[in-house]
Amino acid sequence: MTPTRKKRLTMVLLILLGVGVAAAIAMTALQENLLYFLSPSEVAEQKMPAGKQFRLGGLVKDGSVNRATDSLKIRFLVTDGLKEVEINYDDILPDLFREGQGIIAIGSLDNNGVFQADEVLAKHDEEYMAPEVADALEKAGHPRGNKASTDSVPSEYKP
Amino acid sequence: MNPVMKFLHKTGSPAYFYWLSGRMIPWLWVIFAVLTTWGMYQAFFVAPTDYQQGESYRIIYIHVPAAWMSMMIYLMMAIFGAIGLIWRIRIAEILAISSAPIGAAFALIALISGAVWGKPTWGAYWVWDARLTSQLVLFFLYLGVMGLHSAIDEPRKAARAAALLALVGVVNLPIIHYSVEWWNTLHQGTTIKFTGGSKMPNSMLFPLLLMAASTKFYYGAALLTRARNRLLEQDRRRGWVAKSIREQRL
Repeated sequence: MTPTRKKRLTMVLLILLGVGVAAAIAMTALQENLLYFLSPSEVAEQKMPAGKQFRLGGLVKDGSVNRATDSLKIRFLVTDGLKEVEINYDDILPDLFREGQGIIAIGSLDNNGVFQADEVLAKHDEEYMAPEVADALEKAGHPRGNKASTDSVPSEYKP
Repeated sequence: MNPVMKFLHKTGSPAYFYWLSGRMIPWLWVIFAVLTTWGMYQAFFVAPTDYQQGESYRIIYIHVPAAWMSMMIYLMMAIFGAIGLIWRIRIAEILAISSAPIGAAFALIALISGAVWGKPTWGAYWVWDARLTSQLVLFFLYLGVMGLHSAIDEPRKAARAAALLALVGVVNLPIIHYSVEWWNTLHQGTTIKFTGGSKMPNSMLFPLLLMAASTKFYYGAALLTRARNRLLEQDRRRGWVAKSIREQRL
């Protein structure tokens, strides 16, 4: 390789290195802001003030869903296996919403420590399966998906 | 000279590149058409329904290959750009800028198909989580490379400026890929892994792999077609064009 080309190659590598280091530093600094949601434990830890908007993520606790009969109002608990937060919501839920499902709620805590959600999103996991297989697994004692029990909280919801 | 360098030198000559790519393009289109037809048939008629999402999961057969391609093409664009910067090979410069609109189209397809899937599954078309945002940045990077290139009249200078921007943007690729692991995102984690087993049965995975292969042939065919046009436009007054026409080697 000629010296000029070597110089240009070094320049290209230096650009890649420089930008990489800059991005790494920027992302470390922004780490907190890039977190899309907080878990119930993090909410308890940080003592979120009432009225401050944030996103809360966790699993819908089994048996905690309480629907009103005459409106869309719904009350349920989200858990990360350690702490729980009560959520109030009054709008249409995504199709995947069910007990044991991972969800993300956007809203704020009220004065009683109840999370008033403006929006509830269902978080899909990365597992794909035919329905027959899911049924067979369940029969064999490996519940998953809509039947996922909150004993086995995926690591991403854990603090 | 070793055979690899010889091939590269030969391909770097405009007349030979124009002739060789013209021979390759029809085959690339044929393979693309066969793989796409087979893959789409498998995706929509053979692959089983998902236990949780029902039929809407089939969007992944568009979404995932498009997202993969948007990243792969960006990397190719940066590599061609770097070759152009270091060795000043004009064909590499042309291949780099010809990659940009194809990659931008794939990035846009990934974003739109993801939004269409997100509404029924998550309950929102768009959220500003790390994966979606970094993919949007990738789309804007493509637009930036194209805009910068077209803002400079002299093609060689334009290619060098665009290549620099393309190189700077490479840092976004690992961010897109690892965004779902580094941060809590609404977007789910990686389903298909090269190591440690995929979280998807083979009957669902197979059509996805077909589509992933077919989109690569699409890229090849579209890239060479665009590169030929750009080359011919730049060289329309050069001797090799007239010579190739005379000898009917086009």
